Amino acid sequence: MSTETPRAPEPHGHLSRHDPIYDELHESADFIELRRRFRRFVFPTTAAFLSWYLLYVVMSNWADDFMSKQVVGHINVALVFGLLQFASTFLIAWLYSRYMNRNVDALARDVELRYNERQGGGVR
Amino acid sequence: MSSEALSTILFLVIVGITVAITFWASRQNQTAADYYAAGRNFSGFQNGLAISGDYMSAASFLGISGLIALAGYDGFLYSIGFLVAWLVALLLIAELLRNSGRFTMADQLAFRMRQRPVRTAAATSTVVVSIFYLLAQMVGAGALVTLLLGVEGDFAKGLTIVVVGALMVFYVTVGGMKGTTWVQIVKAVLLISGTILITVLVLAKFDFNLSSLLGAAADNSGKGEAFLQPGLKYGATTTSQIDFLSLGLALVLGTAGLPHILIRFYTVPTAKDARTSVNWAIGIIGGFYLMSLVLGFGAAALLDTGPGSQVAATTGNLASPLLAQEVGGGDGTAGGAILLAFISAVAFATILAVVAGLTLTSASSVAHDLYATVWKRGKASEKDEVKVARIAAFVIGGIAIALAIPAQKLNIAFLVALAFAVAASANLPSLLYNLFWPRFNTRGAVWAIYGGLIVCVGLVFFSPVVSGPETGTALFADHDWSWFPLSNPGIISIPAGFFFGWLGTVTSKEPEAEDQYTELEVRSLTGAGSEQAVVH
Repeated sequence: MSTETPRAPEPHGHLSRHDPIYDELHESADFIELRRRFRRFVFPTTAAFLSWYLLYVVMSNWADDFMSKQVVGHINVALVFGLLQFASTFLIAWLYSRYMNRNVDALARDVELRYNERQGGGVR
Repeated sequence: MSSEALSTILFLVIVGITVAITFWASRQNQTAADYYAAGRNFSGFQNGLAISGDYMSAASFLGISGLIALAGYDGFLYSIGFLVAWLVALLLIAELLRNSGRFTMADQLAFRMRQRPVRTAAATSTVVVSIFYLLAQMVGAGALVTLLLGVEGDFAKGLTIVVVGALMVFYVTVGGMKGTTWVQIVKAVLLISGTILITVLVLAKFDFNLSSLLGAAADNSGKGEAFLQPGLKYGATTTSQIDFLSLGLALVLGTAGLPHILIRFYTVPTAKDARTSVNWAIGIIGGFYLMSLVLGFGAAALLDTGPGSQVAATTGNLASPLLAQEVGGGDGTAGGAILLAFISAVAFATILAVVAGLTLTSASSVAHDLYATVWKRGKASEKDEVKVARIAAFVIGGIAIALAIPAQKLNIAFLVALAFAVAASANLPSLLYNLFWPRFNTRGAVWAIYGGLIVCVGLVFFSPVVSGPETGTALFADHDWSWFPLSNPGIISIPAGFFFGWLGTVTSKEPEAEDQYTELEVRSLTGAGSEQAVVH
């Protein structure tokens, strides 16, 4: 048995006008807070890791002397810098998931629950 | 037993297992949601493994370690870009897409746009990206067979490519998304095990001392410390430095626009599972790339990589299998033969799984976007739609086979980087605009996709990769129509995609698209009204 709800597309134009409940949810305090929290983390973090990555690419290109300095034995700054990119990627993925778990997921569940109740479905 | 016979047996065992999985999976393919999205019933961990399987393609396994073996540190950029890129997918795309899409990349775009133009554009770029990516995998298959069967002939290569093509069409038509996902999972486990084994054996040769491994690589490469520093491949001129920057941009922005990765987010029940799967993927892929660093420098330290060597002649594509042979005991020993056979069989499995994933993606888009919506105007039955997806898999498989033969000379990681450039230029701008810019509309989406796509593919066509004697590996070395100096067009084509998306949007009015943004935003952030998992 399938529980997929078919959305009849109207290929000539847009999908049929959406359920007004979305406008209502969109204006609700819960949703506005959820969106604020989501963006407050995601936008600055994206800017930060992209800059950090581009710094790495630019330094690899135009900072030979610095990148070629040896740290221990044959391990040089370039290799350490590269490995730090790995470390920061793991760290950001972990921080993001923790942040979403603590600050966003519960709000998202509430909004979804209100939507489901209005659709007569209740809790799924 | 010879290494050739052993490889063949191992390869047949892997094919047997995957064929059995595919038949088993086919019994549950009833609805379109089963075929395209495996009923959305995979767990976050399973999907994380499958994403890793999709992503650790021949490019990662054969290509990156090969580039490091030949170009030293500059090859490392590929792994870093490929990994950091996952943060874009995790933070900006994965969960929002799971909540607001259905089967294909176009579903998400067409959410608030006019269906036909947007779906046509998205399906076009899906097929183009997938074919670039498929080419890379087929080139890998060709290189492997040369090594394994010891035959140089075009016939053997052609035969392998046809066999690979036939198998991939089988997985896709019979197994659908569920079969393809399980094939990815099996392959990911095999690939990780094989890589761990070789990594440990390489490190053991150097008493687990990374510094002495690097030292040996620098010595054996004949280039000294420069081999461990950036700039060997890309540092020569300003043009090559800009090429490096361009490549870096394409790598980091491409992942989140790869259609075969995007549709993986639809195979899990909730957005939270999509997050879990990306986290697993980041862990697995990150660990894998750290090991490929050891493989690359290990190959440089232990193999002959000079001009005329087998590694150099295959632009590095064979560094990993030859390294496996070396650490197993060398050419002519039983250990060497076994490891070479095992790693080559794993590489074959990798190629099979990835081509299946790519073919499924493009076939889904052709059937769901072009056939059902654009051509049949939404009146096709689910059964017909799935049938068309199966036919499309045949056609796309055929095109990939035909194009793979002349591309044999190119490095695989490099070919994949081009696919990333197309994905970043044509797909990412419209996906991001659609999710975060209320004003975005149909014309913006269509211009962003075609603009990014045409600029990107056009610049590749006029680059030294396609024509001219400059690189020595151009597709048409005898003719020269190149005028664009970079081999990766990302630095121009990605901003072009964003620019055309903006221009198209501000030059047209479409209040409906703006109205429906409230629905898109609520759905993408909360999951209210999103597609549910299929209950059997």
